[in-house]
Amino acid sequence: MAALGTAELSAWIHGFRDVVAEKREWLTELDSAIGDADHGANMARGMDAVVAKLDAGVPDTVDELLKTVGMTLVSSVGGASGPLYGTLFLRMGMAAGPVTSLDVAALAASLRAGLVGIVARGKAEAGDKTMIDAMAPAVDAFDAEAAGGADLGAATAAAARAAASGRDATEPLVARKGRASYLGERSAGHLDPGAASTTLLFEALARATAETASPAAGSS
Amino acid sequence: MKKLINNPADVLAESLRGVALAHPELSVDHETQVITRATPKAQGKVAVVSGGGSGHEPLHGGYVGVGMLDAAVAGEVFTSPTPDRVQAATKAVDRGAGVVHIVKNYTGDVLNFEMAAELAAMEGIEVGTVIVDDDVAVQDSLYTAGRRGVGLTVLLEKLVGAAAEEGQDLASVVALAQRIVGQGRSMGMALTSCTVPAAGKPTFDLPDDQMEIGIGIHGEPGRHREPLAPAAEIARQLVEPILADLDAAGPAIVMLNGMGGSPLIELYLMYGEVVPLLEKAGVQIARNLVGDYITSLDMAGCSLTVLKADDELLRLWDAPVNTPGLRWGV
Repeated sequence: MAALGTAELSAWIHGFRDVVAEKREWLTELDSAIGDADHGANMARGMDAVVAKLDAGVPDTVDELLKTVGMTLVSSVGGASGPLYGTLFLRMGMAAGPVTSLDVAALAASLRAGLVGIVARGKAEAGDKTMIDAMAPAVDAFDAEAAGGADLGAATAAAARAAASGRDATEPLVARKGRASYLGERSAGHLDPGAASTTLLFEALARATAETASPAAGSS
Repeated sequence: MKKLINNPADVLAESLRGVALAHPELSVDHETQVITRATPKAQGKVAVVSGGGSGHEPLHGGYVGVGMLDAAVAGEVFTSPTPDRVQAATKAVDRGAGVVHIVKNYTGDVLNFEMAAELAAMEGIEVGTVIVDDDVAVQDSLYTAGRRGVGLTVLLEKLVGAAAEEGQDLASVVALAQRIVGQGRSMGMALTSCTVPAAGKPTFDLPDDQMEIGIGIHGEPGRHREPLAPAAEIARQLVEPILADLDAAGPAIVMLNGMGGSPLIELYLMYGEVVPLLEKAGVQIARNLVGDYITSLDMAGCSLTVLKADDELLRLWDAPVNTPGLRWGV
């Protein structure tokens, strides 16, 4: 797979919607331990709205597609996750520009811009027990693979593995941002729900890349 | 769950329908869930917008009207409204002199209002934002999302609304708001949890013989939990952390606020307990509010807010206000 076109990116977004719907109760359970028990419902509602938008017509360019995803999330998710996930996709789109596909280097730059946007929006740092704890290692891993000449399949798979490790590493952390931070020490011992949903996003990206690269998917 | 509702999912929309019927002087956009004045203020005056999750009534919709807010954006219960709705409210009330966003310091509210301000700027509307963070219950503010915005929001919306109404410019109104944030503090406590309609069960478990000191307005945990105590002791536990954080000697505006589930007879009893404690510390109570002004659904309990005042703040406080939640001088 040399590049992801708008159809493949749309498949990624559909895949993320599906897995968010499937894991909705789990995300809510994680959030009820240290937050306000609405992350699963909010993300599911937002991704349903996104998919409805894309089903009405996939934009021709990568930036329009990612901006559509971002704006829809901003206006439908609510809470803190709406602006954070919305900013991720809006910044990714701005970095991608009006192209019709992303190769491994362009996707790396786009993901990096998304991460920078989330850090600026949420003002959180690594180790604060937020989605950044999954996102930053994922983007770093993707960059390292891309710099080493890996293809999209290998880079997205490495990013998904790094996101999952980052997510798991949030369990012992004490939250320093968001509503969970008011729990202080009591926030330790739980996975961060934002890091959990971010990992689902990277796993969906790896799956979409693998599926479009395989001959079976290519012939369907 | 025993509530006066039809369907948990429809609580906000149906409540806004009642607001519209009860208050013809307000205009309710049921699509964006934005409440504005039916008659906008004059062109050339700064507009004041606030909002956040619902469940704190009369805050914020009940403070829309002459002398206070121009618009309130109602999110779902305890959930911040989205930026497009805040932007819609901002655009609707801008009278060409800029718009002040009053935001309680909660991560969701801060992020959504920040994006809304960026959207407004893209349309050429100047927005000044003030973040209210008056809750002294949050001790480790460096290691958390910071102090929460609670009772001071009510007093600030009144004072800032008065300044905007008399024609002060955006920079002056924002500076006033920052000054108020710097000299007001609050502390709250709960006797019971609250029940979010969509959740159907109490947010936390608080046994009959326990109370939570330092509670927020969404059922977040407080500083500590302890055995239920007499009102005199509770009053001490509200007053002391405020005075430890703020040199409040001198004139002040004081609010003894109910969380939604405590009767007025108890709130006045509590006011009677806090006044001597404040006076002993040199606080001269120039103005006061006692009642349900910023609530947490059906939570029983109360909060105390102390704002250091001066002639300028008292003048703005006494200026006419005509809203469902506060009304005098009209």
